[in-house]
Amino acid sequence: MKRVFPILAVLTAGLLSYGLYAALVLAPTEQTMGNVQRIFYYHVPSAWTAFCLFFINLVASIVYLVRRNSHADALALASAEVGVVFCSVVLVTGPIWARPVWGIWWTWDLRLTLTLVLWLIYVSYLMLRRFSSSGQTPVMAAVLAILGALDVPLVYFSIWFFRTQHPQPVIGGGGSIDPRMLHVLLWNWLAFMCLGALVCWSRFHLEMLTRQVEETQALESMLTAGGTR
Amino acid sequence: MTFFSVMRATLGKDLRIEWRSKDAMNAMLFFALLVVVIFSFSFDPTAEESRRIAGGLVWVAFLFAAVVALNQTWARELRNQVLDAYRVSPAPANALFLAKVFGNFLFVALLEALMTPLFVVFYNLRAVGPVFQLPLVALFGTWAIVVNGTFFAAMSLRTRSREIMLPLLLFPITIPALLGMVEATSAILTGEFSARFWIVLLAVYDVVFTTGCALFFETVLHGE
Repeated sequence: MKRVFPILAVLTAGLLSYGLYAALVLAPTEQTMGNVQRIFYYHVPSAWTAFCLFFINLVASIVYLVRRNSHADALALASAEVGVVFCSVVLVTGPIWARPVWGIWWTWDLRLTLTLVLWLIYVSYLMLRRFSSSGQTPVMAAVLAILGALDVPLVYFSIWFFRTQHPQPVIGGGGSIDPRMLHVLLWNWLAFMCLGALVCWSRFHLEMLTRQVEETQALESMLTAGGTR
Repeated sequence: MTFFSVMRATLGKDLRIEWRSKDAMNAMLFFALLVVVIFSFSFDPTAEESRRIAGGLVWVAFLFAAVVALNQTWARELRNQVLDAYRVSPAPANALFLAKVFGNFLFVALLEALMTPLFVVFYNLRAVGPVFQLPLVALFGTWAIVVNGTFFAAMSLRTRSREIMLPLLLFPITIPALLGMVEATSAILTGEFSARFWIVLLAVYDVVFTTGCALFFETVLHGE
């Protein structure tokens, strides 16, 4: 941990700087949208990273319910927190782009609504963790994460029924994209994934340390109580 | 004790308590009435407009009112440690859960039956589409609210300030169901499009979440 962490941090910083340079300078300017389109190199990688983190949260929650392993629970907590941050970035950058291009800040479109609902579910997940009394928190949170995952396909189909306005997915969606843009996009995604992994890792480590401290304190107070008697 | 006898006993007890005290029912009815009146004078819609927005207003009012009743279902069991006694008894957990769901379903359905005429009066409603689909929408929609609500109420029992926690957990998950109810009701009232997709969506939602909640209720009841 101690040796790998700085290396990963430096690597992430390098990737992020290259990503910024590539997005602002290397990538060609889009014909119709102009420079506004460059927000795409932050919007899309954040979205993919957020979805990856939410997926990790789901897997960790299932593992926790089966194995009752406290590492899995800490990982679920860390990935949900970092995922909510990335998802917030998506929800903020989206309207900034949509206003000049679509002429509106927000619309109830498939991908927008799905992202918003996912964000709401995970904020309620974090609220539950915060309000819950300590002993049962992991179980309740894991159950909520699984029910939230059940909700996603239902949201998807309910919004899918409306006509969708969001640009079709550029990868695997039949849309065409300049290979240079794709290159910049994928580098930025790598940088964001590294950043997500880095923050998630340190949050996980912090959570494990906090738990150790709490356990030690509980043990200590138990021992002093036993000593005075 | 079999599954059904536990269920019948719990349901009977809940209905008897409610019949004698009428706590949940009174609170829900008055709350829904307030929502109807406040919405009515804040929007003051014409008949044509109200047909379009009524679906949303009706279901939001019912959802808020249902939360009032749902918050009380488990609080009742905490007094005198009834829930702890249930936890150590060999009775199946899902019998308790289903009994609570049926109880709440009856309360909310009764509320809807009483409040719907008021909505009709205040908003000058007249359905243009196929009215016979409305009871189906009400059935599936109410079940969706109640099954999730009962489950999350049990979940928020262990939290600080549980009365606030229930809507915070319930509303995000209920979004697709709420959308289904609102769209189906608007479709029937305006007659502009078919409600079939939304009714099917509600049915699927009910099946998925009834199964999911029943699967996890025992875990939530026992907690640790």
